[in-house]
Amino acid sequence: MTTPSTTSLAVARAVGSRRTAGLLRTTGGRLGVIGCIAAGLLLVIALAAAFAPVVAPYDPDFPDLLASLSGPTIAHPLGTDALGRDILSRLIWGARITLAGPGLVILIATVVGTLLALLAAWRGGRIDTAISWLLDVLFAVPGIVFGLIAVAIWGPSLITVVCGLAIAYVPYVARVVRGAALRERNMPYVAAAWLQGQSGPGITFTQILPNVQPIVVAQAVSSLGFAVIDLAAVSFLGLGVQPPTADLGLMVKSGFDSVLRGQPTEAIAAGSLIVLIVWCVTVIGDRLTSSARSMR
Amino acid sequence: MSFGAYLARRTGGLLLVLLVTSFIVFGLLYLAPGSPLAFILGPRGGTTEQIAAVTAQYHLNDPFFVRYVAWLGDLLRGDLGYSIVYRQDVSALISGRIGTTLALVAMAALLIAVVGIAAGTFAALRGGWSDQLTSTLAAIGLSTPSFVIGVALISVFAVGLGWFPTFGSGGGGMDTLVHLALPAVALSVASAAYLARITRASVLEERGREHVQTATVRGLAPGYIVRHHVLRNSLVPIVTVLGLTIATLIAGAVVVENVFALDGLGSLLVRAILQRDFAVVQAVILVLVVAFVLVNAVVDVLYTFIDPRIVLGSRK
Amino acid sequence: MTDHLLRLDDVRATLRLRDGEQTLLNGVSLEIGAGEALGLVGESGSGKSLTTRAITRMLDPAFRVSGEILFDGASVPRMNAQALRRYRQRDVGMIFQDPRAHVNPVHRVGDFLTEALVRDRGVDRRTAERRAVALLDEVGVRNPEHRLRQYPHELSGGLLQRVMIASVLLAEPKLILADEPTTALDVTAQSDVMAILDEQRRARGLALLFITHDLELAAACCDRLAVMYAGEIVEQGAHVYDAPTHPYTIELLGARPSIDHRVERLPVLRYDRAAHELLKTEAS
Repeated sequence: MTTPSTTSLAVARAVGSRRTAGLLRTTGGRLGVIGCIAAGLLLVIALAAAFAPVVAPYDPDFPDLLASLSGPTIAHPLGTDALGRDILSRLIWGARITLAGPGLVILIATVVGTLLALLAAWRGGRIDTAISWLLDVLFAVPGIVFGLIAVAIWGPSLITVVCGLAIAYVPYVARVVRGAALRERNMPYVAAAWLQGQSGPGITFTQILPNVQPIVVAQAVSSLGFAVIDLAAVSFLGLGVQPPTADLGLMVKSGFDSVLRGQPTEAIAAGSLIVLIVWCVTVIGDRLTSSARSMR
Repeated sequence: MSFGAYLARRTGGLLLVLLVTSFIVFGLLYLAPGSPLAFILGPRGGTTEQIAAVTAQYHLNDPFFVRYVAWLGDLLRGDLGYSIVYRQDVSALISGRIGTTLALVAMAALLIAVVGIAAGTFAALRGGWSDQLTSTLAAIGLSTPSFVIGVALISVFAVGLGWFPTFGSGGGGMDTLVHLALPAVALSVASAAYLARITRASVLEERGREHVQTATVRGLAPGYIVRHHVLRNSLVPIVTVLGLTIATLIAGAVVVENVFALDGLGSLLVRAILQRDFAVVQAVILVLVVAFVLVNAVVDVLYTFIDPRIVLGSRK
Repeated sequence: MTDHLLRLDDVRATLRLRDGEQTLLNGVSLEIGAGEALGLVGESGSGKSLTTRAITRMLDPAFRVSGEILFDGASVPRMNAQALRRYRQRDVGMIFQDPRAHVNPVHRVGDFLTEALVRDRGVDRRTAERRAVALLDEVGVRNPEHRLRQYPHELSGGLLQRVMIASVLLAEPKLILADEPTTALDVTAQSDVMAILDEQRRARGLALLFITHDLELAAACCDRLAVMYAGEIVEQGAHVYDAPTHPYTIELLGARPSIDHRVERLPVLRYDRAAHELLKTEAS
């Protein structure tokens, strides 16, 4: 062990002298400037998607065959696709599924993964060994493969893929949460609650869960970005969301055919929106992760 | 632990994981709604002889466990089953396509290693705006799905500029290399971005270590210190991520092969799923899992060469 | 003037902070002649380690350094990158407190010992290894050929510190900077390592800047002592141990526990920053 030198202490003091107060400022501090920009953008996209029936200028499924592949015009700011459908409207409607599908994946994976992790951390011993082993096995199957297996069994559809991917994301959440929960479990305050006669599940949910909650949230948000990519990829392969439903992955697919005919607008628009969504989610996830780590 | 004992333990673990995944794969497909007979023979049904033949071939009258054991036994003998759709042995289907996938994954892995490590090191050592730029590019790269990059690459370099072919895997040698260039780039961008991040963090951490001060105060050349003391010591996290990345690349190839219409394992899998060709689905998924587990085992062995303090099998 | 090997003249180091500045070296002046040993003592945080870092120009870029540091008449702060590397390679050698952290764990001991010779002195690997083996033998490492093939984590702390000493001696510097070289070792290894360092230095006629908070040890193996407090040298000379004149030194010497008689409570130093400032204003 080295004793920290005076220099490093002074430098640490210089760096660590920043403290913020107040709920809003805390959230802002946790996200940073770029994190706030990302959160703002994501909020705009999410609101537009949620109010798609109001916001979208056209019916996303209405084919104006006379104006197919029109390119940007005043009537259609982003142009129309091969069937003459308004690309902007389809983007707004497509963002719904692109956000809701992965959201559902992560919600399921987070609930299941967190419960498994807490159980493993609290019971320890054989149960922990069994759960950890199960997670290792799940880990050995790449995420997208679960989605594909599900499709192989129940046929292509959004729900199938969501269920498959949810299983795939369980170990990603559970591993991180188990580690954090094990650390908390060995803290003196847990021993104190135990001595006061609280029950195991009681301590797990009232003491440990609130303390690992920032890590759970950070991990969920970070995984969301990957889920968006995986789900869009499965749709792109034609195994997820089925046409004519508007979905960003599908739009890249249908836009791809137009690319070969020299009309890249649809593919560019849908691809860019996916990148933007994933970028926002990843940035927020990164900031939450580093702030969850520094709180320990 | 001796190398032999480690190898034995690792192989045991590998077999166990394979046993479980094969059971899951087999079991899940067994759960699929409807009679397998209907899937196999298609909507038109079949003659009585055909039904009898298929029933015998797939042991359809036997209980689940008997069928699983029979399937496993076939697997061990190298018999991956028979594809109804292609009317061909699955092992022949796979061996005909695995080369394309391996070549694609190898090219992508090389790109990831070179670009990722170089960019991460550059960002960490240069700092300032070079760091900002690299980190921003990495964040965007990490957020871009491979199929979006694939479509963009085709649109610019194949359709627009005409430098590269749009589809197919070429006729071997240099031709294959040219055909696989764009797919390999598409497959590697996100992983290279991730590796660059990990490398940057690792190099920054190692650069602040005390033994690097020792090297500096001894007047060793800065380039030598970076290579011999900083990068060399950053290798554990870099190799971990690289290994994990390569293991998932094989699954990622499923998407990229479809964008570029390459005839590899990935496109075989997607077509098999759409056509409900279960023997092929089971076999390809098993191959993906085996590859994942094998790559991880190799990484485990690599650790002991990278850091002499790590003993075989002590890291999980 | 130039017969001093190393001369520090009014060296100041200031750390720029968000809220103002903090001066951690406050006008340090000292000289070391060729072959001379100077003991630099003081409590932790007094600036001893920073002084050695200033001498080797290893201070963090966040520091602003002023004053002059002359080695063999050459100004260290004004050296260009090439001259600085040459100075670090040939003129000064540094022995750190914690050999475990200061030797790269992923390379073999032999690599650590020979890399400077092979890379910068054009010595071929076999010759370098032969020299390393001979030196390990001299610093009391048994079975040196075998040690060269081992990794740092396979050696004890005391053994690794001997390796560190050997690595410095291999470079044949004129001055050794030893920053608490025995503090991180266990007690039995401490005296051995110190004895070897002292013996080798004398045999080779090397100058030594020995940093420690162990006054007796410093007095035993150094020609002169310098006492640091709050980034300043309060007193230095050959007399310090036997006839201290500065109040801080007197108190420091009085605070040593002794094995001759038991005391009820260990004494506490009463000399503090306020007393220090008061004394300085009185003196000026």
